[in-house]
Amino acid sequence: MTATMTATRAAVTREDLIDFVHAEARMLDEGRFDDWLALWAPDGMYWMPLEWNQQDPILETSLLYEDQFMLRLRVERLNGARTFSQKPKSRCLHVLNRPDVDLIDNDAGRYTVVTRMTYVETRLDEQFLLAVTATHDLVWQSTDTGGALKIQQKRVDILNCDAAFGNIQLLP
Amino acid sequence: MHYPETRDAMAALVQPRQVHRDLYVSPDIYRLECKHLFSNCWLYVGHDSQVPNKGDYYTTQLADQPVIMVRHTDDQVHVLYNRCPHKGTKIAIDRTGNTGKFFRCPYHAWSFKTDGCLLAIPLKKGYEGTGLEEAEAARGMTPVGAVHNYRGFIFARMAPEGIGFEAFFGESLSSLDNMVDRAPEMRLEVVGAPLRYMHKCNWKMLVENQTDTCHPMVAHESSAGTAVKIWESMEKPEGTPTPPAMEIIAPFMSPYDFFENMGIRTWPNGHGHTGVNHSIHSKYSEIPGYMDALIATHGAEKAKEVLAENRHNTVYFPTIMIKGPIQQLRNFIPLGPDRTLVESWIFRLVGAPDELLARTAMYNRMINAPTSMVGHDDLEMYERAQEGLQTQGNDWVNVQRLYEEGEDLEQEAVLNGTTERQMRNQFHAWLKFMTLTMPDGSAGQTAREAAE
Repeated sequence: MTATMTATRAAVTREDLIDFVHAEARMLDEGRFDDWLALWAPDGMYWMPLEWNQQDPILETSLLYEDQFMLRLRVERLNGARTFSQKPKSRCLHVLNRPDVDLIDNDAGRYTVVTRMTYVETRLDEQFLLAVTATHDLVWQSTDTGGALKIQQKRVDILNCDAAFGNIQLLP
Repeated sequence: MHYPETRDAMAALVQPRQVHRDLYVSPDIYRLECKHLFSNCWLYVGHDSQVPNKGDYYTTQLADQPVIMVRHTDDQVHVLYNRCPHKGTKIAIDRTGNTGKFFRCPYHAWSFKTDGCLLAIPLKKGYEGTGLEEAEAARGMTPVGAVHNYRGFIFARMAPEGIGFEAFFGESLSSLDNMVDRAPEMRLEVVGAPLRYMHKCNWKMLVENQTDTCHPMVAHESSAGTAVKIWESMEKPEGTPTPPAMEIIAPFMSPYDFFENMGIRTWPNGHGHTGVNHSIHSKYSEIPGYMDALIATHGAEKAKEVLAENRHNTVYFPTIMIKGPIQQLRNFIPLGPDRTLVESWIFRLVGAPDELLARTAMYNRMINAPTSMVGHDDLEMYERAQEGLQTQGNDWVNVQRLYEEGEDLEQEAVLNGTTERQMRNQFHAWLKFMTLTMPDGSAGQTAREAAE
């Protein structure tokens, strides 16, 4: 076991983490959802709390708390022939601040990156803007050929999470 | 167009099989609804678990009227209009809080007991000899017409006089009973903040949608249909658990005969529910320990009876729906003719295992959040309808599916689950409570005076 660990020990740099977060946002903006789904750990969760500083995703309502089945459903639906709320389709743009690397632990293969951003979504004549803090909990997943960073949890806190929203159809 | 405030003018808009589009688009009709309909009906305010202690308050709106729900020193829950009797300043702005023994207006420090009575005015000598005791301002914060606490659910009638609580809801209270009876401790608690979802459409579209059983397999094909397809196409080694999404979303794709056989029951005064015989909530997996807890409360027979009732959506006319089997309440707050705030609340069955609450929270976010794939297609339909109803070519909205000549909406009935009788029932009640306090058009006598 020790031998394997050594062979595949991660050597992730601060820059790797920042690049990862930027690449993820760009995939969402460009609608490259298959690439995006490949970024996730099999038990990875996308969490968007409903309340400020919410701690519990299970026993309280959230805006989103979705596993890989739900995320796959979400992106397949966006391309469906009878997805009426996406006729015409929405577009989105993530405008990122420089991400903060809060945790970089190559021994454990665990990383946390916090990114402040502006999220803009538009459809027809409507456009709205959300001020967002995204927290990526990433893990190093070893493979035969090396390894890759995967998303264990992405937590998206919306500054005005307690406001009444209309449809938010794409993913901040 | 401008509508005269008369029974005749309103009656012309509601026919047995169709209703005029102005019910959805006219600012004039919305203004009259606020003055008459919402004032004459019993509206949901909140749940008493939101204000457990004396002085706890919760602010909300009854249609366009800001109100405060507060627990008074005698432990009763009061509902007061949220304005200072002096200059009109809203007394409380935060959604919840504790005010202690009295409210104090932040503008001039007039203070009020938590039942609304005027307590003190600074520099009161300035009012000596001015006849303040005769003034509206001296009466303090105005309470709504009547308040009723039904097993924790607080309802209010804004009109000072009118129909009683039991007479208004009648047998429909059985749906609220079923939701509360599902709790081993026979009480519910609100959990967390509600989802708040702004709809640019008339409130009636949401209320009608609750018993519209011909839309799920069409409007929700993109979410429910896709979920079923993905699940069928997935490799599933022995023992692969069904994803929660399948249990909750897949039943939306049930075929028409499922919904036909589900049944719809209507009660007088606009109330009704889908899911008389079964519903999309019938096949949820059992939660270990729950049945035992419920049997300890009710005995085996009653416990089975309570859980056998799987009502889908119960509409309490005019503006809420509840889901007993999932412990959810949705409040459709009409803010304008084309603006409705939808709040989706969830409740804990006190004494039940946490897994039930986890399912309730999951249902809420999966189906009713502004980020919900199911919600997106519903709102898309409402907003398209709101825009479509602006057209002049056709003034009418059709509600005649399974219409029966001479149907008596003042009687309870159980019918095929795809009937639009519940929608007709809502319009019948709309006309009744809209015109209760209007003159009939010629004599200048209100409908209520005529009935007396």
